[in-house]
Amino acid sequence: MTRYESVLEMIGNTPVVNASALSPNPNVAIWVKLEGRNPAGSVKDRVAISLVEAAEREGRLIPGQAGQTLIEPSSGNTGIALAMVCRLRGYHLKVVLPSNVSIERRQLLLVWGAEIVDSPGSEGSNGAVRMAQTLAAENPSWVFLYQYANPANPLAHYTHTGPEILADVPEITHFVAGLGTSGTLMGVGKYLKEHKPGTQIWAIEPPSGEMVDGLRSLEDGYIPPVFTDNDGANLLDRKVVVRPKESIEWTRRMSEIGLFVGISSGAIMAGAVKCASLIPEGESATIVTIACDDGWKYLSTGAWTDDIDEVVERAKSIIYF
Amino acid sequence: MAVTLRIPTVLRPATGGRATVDAVGATIGEVLGSLSQEYPALTPQLFNDDGSLHRFLNVYVNDDDVRYLGGLAAPVVDGDEVTLLPAVAGGASA
Repeated sequence: MTRYESVLEMIGNTPVVNASALSPNPNVAIWVKLEGRNPAGSVKDRVAISLVEAAEREGRLIPGQAGQTLIEPSSGNTGIALAMVCRLRGYHLKVVLPSNVSIERRQLLLVWGAEIVDSPGSEGSNGAVRMAQTLAAENPSWVFLYQYANPANPLAHYTHTGPEILADVPEITHFVAGLGTSGTLMGVGKYLKEHKPGTQIWAIEPPSGEMVDGLRSLEDGYIPPVFTDNDGANLLDRKVVVRPKESIEWTRRMSEIGLFVGISSGAIMAGAVKCASLIPEGESATIVTIACDDGWKYLSTGAWTDDIDEVVERAKSIIYF
Repeated sequence: MAVTLRIPTVLRPATGGRATVDAVGATIGEVLGSLSQEYPALTPQLFNDDGSLHRFLNVYVNDDDVRYLGGLAAPVVDGDEVTLLPAVAGGASA
């Protein structure tokens, strides 16, 4: 169906495209699910509508009632998706945003009328989470959906993303996705393990840079409750970290097959390629991976056009996951 | 087996400021054990009280998280690069 009553109905059912031309192993197919096709531009549209509808079912939010405020920490995409949903529902949204995200992310929040609360860039997402927790505690009338701990986050992927993947690529053997809140990996991973046992679930850890350098103590570390609540350590089969340069290289290489995707999608593709190269000779495999968003929000980073070493250096201080 | 360990900023006060340290062992457990003998101040940052890997510490052998390769029993070979990184929320900068 291509006719919709509301933009919200356009969330999900994203296309999957064959990216095997980039596979280093002729026996391993790689398919990419294009989440940038969601109306607010990222995989987080699924999470945003799921979080808001769950809160409405629980009576924490009442559609159309004036004076309702939400607060949420986000390095960008969740905030942008929530801003769009909140605009349609009539809620006021405050997004706690690390100050070092790309300018396009800030602007998109403003497009849909969100209020930006700056958190220190040097503290990255950890700092945004901490500040949102503090503000939510100080303002009990604000609704704090807290994507890092809300079961409606992985549920969106368990009920939609996972079934879409299995329907489109029933021969899947490996699912490879990025580890942020862990909602995608937990939701899709659980669905695939239940409905296609034996599917391997691989997590790609974003590269770490200045933000990790800014930690004062190991005890400032953070593991999303979504990850522990879903027994992530047992659900995942493998976790690999990718380097900043690989992320940019693979973001660029995806344009060879016509895909203009965000830098985190390049990082995840770099991980999928690692996965493909580790499949033993003589075995075949089908990897499905996620492109979280498109490249538009990252044009200001020069990721496609500038000298790669300069881009990598610059990207160390910009949050893109 | 001789491996090179990359130490994150947050742990460097315990290694005299060193960013890379050489250590020996056949498994990650042995490598971290020899590291903690050389730098005792690191011990509580490497291990929980029960001797398991500290919950906020991720350890990678050549970019692969050891928790999914057998944990402290994960094998290492000569020349491996072992990276220690604190666990942080998604949204880490590049």
